Amino acid sequence: MPRTVTRSLREVAFFTAVAFFVILAAFPFYWMLITAFKPNSDLYNVTNIPFWFNEPPTLDHVIYLFKETLFARWLLNSLIIGVCVVIITLVTAVPAGYALARMTSRKGEALGIAIFLTYLVPPTLLFLPLSRIIAELGLQNSMWSLVLVYPTFTIPFCSWLLMGFFKALPVEIEEAAIVDGCSLFGAFIKMAIPLSLPAILTVVIFTFTLTLQEFVYALTFVSSSSQKPITLGVSTDLIRGDVFFWGEIMAGALIAAIPVAIAYNLFLDRFISGITGGAVK
Amino acid sequence: MAVIAEPVTKPVSRFHFMLDRREVLETILVAPAIIYVLLLVGLPLLLAVYYSVSAYTIYNPTWRFVGLANFEQIIQNPTFIQTLVNTFIFTFGSQLLGLLLGKFGAFLLLRPFPGRKFVRALIILPFAVPVALATIAWQWMFDSLYSVINWTLIAASILTREEAPNWLGNPYLAMLCVVIINAWRFFPFAIVIFLAGITAIPQDIIDAATVDGAGFWRRNYQIILPMILPIIAIGLIFGIVFTFTDLSIVFLLTQGGPVGATSVLGFAGFQTGIVSGDVSHGAAISLFMLPVLLVVVILMLRFIRRREI
Repeated sequence: MPRTVTRSLREVAFFTAVAFFVILAAFPFYWMLITAFKPNSDLYNVTNIPFWFNEPPTLDHVIYLFKETLFARWLLNSLIIGVCVVIITLVTAVPAGYALARMTSRKGEALGIAIFLTYLVPPTLLFLPLSRIIAELGLQNSMWSLVLVYPTFTIPFCSWLLMGFFKALPVEIEEAAIVDGCSLFGAFIKMAIPLSLPAILTVVIFTFTLTLQEFVYALTFVSSSSQKPITLGVSTDLIRGDVFFWGEIMAGALIAAIPVAIAYNLFLDRFISGITGGAVK
Repeated sequence: MAVIAEPVTKPVSRFHFMLDRREVLETILVAPAIIYVLLLVGLPLLLAVYYSVSAYTIYNPTWRFVGLANFEQIIQNPTFIQTLVNTFIFTFGSQLLGLLLGKFGAFLLLRPFPGRKFVRALIILPFAVPVALATIAWQWMFDSLYSVINWTLIAASILTREEAPNWLGNPYLAMLCVVIINAWRFFPFAIVIFLAGITAIPQDIIDAATVDGAGFWRRNYQIILPMILPIIAIGLIFGIVFTFTDLSIVFLLTQGGPVGATSVLGFAGFQTGIVSGDVSHGAAISLFMLPVLLVVVILMLRFIRRREI
């Protein structure tokens, strides 16, 4: 039966390839997980097989993280920064996205593209002048500098995302409300916003994850430990001199990474259709 | 009696009247976003250009104009040329590797199989997790003493303990590591982009081609590939912009070392402008990104326009 043999060989090849991709993508996270719960005596013993627990797992690293480091403070900082940036982004990007979608002339389209292109201006080009501006405002070394700066990339991205959404919203609904005596502004507040709540939720999640992922601005503007957001704190502050506390670092990275990973997986398709500008329907 | 006929214009109603004019309302709604972006992206961009032609440092904040002297000094520095070359190797090496992995991965995920959703969720991880955190996980995997990669190679008797490479200590290997991490970070993005493009192609086009006798390769390279090219291009443009200007991987993994072997533009700008406080030279180094960004923006505009037609 040569046909069934080739077919099962094909199956084996297929699933081997899938396994290769899964290991490639996920192994560093498995490694984070296992490092975070290994006792140091197991971690730093080269004769042990590193892929699983040779000694019983321990919570020491996590406890150390919360008791002896500023980890809880960094979590709180990230939360405050995220919430403030979300509010600023919503207040500016929702009206902007709506107006850009409803502008009938070519001007609206051009303006929309112009705003989106500013998303591509990289932090490494802007951080020098921005650090001077922040110093002038007296915000250096404070997490509020990040609240001020992060909207520079969340506003363009979210305006673009919302513009695409509002374009898909039938304008007749608002026209009907206007005929019924609603003002133009009232139609936006009372009709368009309630109907776009799913898109607004997407924007909230994305803004929040973008602030968690950001590294360059945080590194440039914030140097005192108590003001750092979680990503910066974990990756730069758990190293004493030349000694890396690998168990603590991996535990911290894991705790910070899990919520972002879940949010991304849930909203990935919207993110992709956002950046490809609705080229995919 | 004429008094009664006179219309009473309250300021409130005039305000409402203004809001009921479509273009006025639209301008008011879009203004906050535009002003925010102009003040904190547009203005800093102009400042960056000005710093690069001045003698500004944080110790001596002068606005003295020095023309192109900063750029001349930078170009004459051999380490800067290496940085420039590194940036291109880093960008195009990792994007090429990422695209290859992405194309192959998308091809696998196109077929339905049990647990596909879960597999996709795992494969997305490198792109979802903050890059700084993923980078330190890799740093631990490349550790000079406790590297799990070396352990595996030794256990598989491919290497002996004496031959085990010091991944981040060797200039060539360090560059390879940086490229691999960035490719690893972007390949899930490439997979998703490929998948989005391929699933958007109407099935009847592919069926029609099959009926007309197009085989596997023809279908792939003469029908599917040209149709998904615009969306791949947009994805690639994103990858190039975010890689060319990246700083976090190099900063955390190698600090540009060993001896400048992995220094890239973003990192060099940071070292000069922020760490050493030489704002004008730092700004000039960062501005070398601008030509690449301009090319990318022009390409992007062309693809957006083509999509509309």
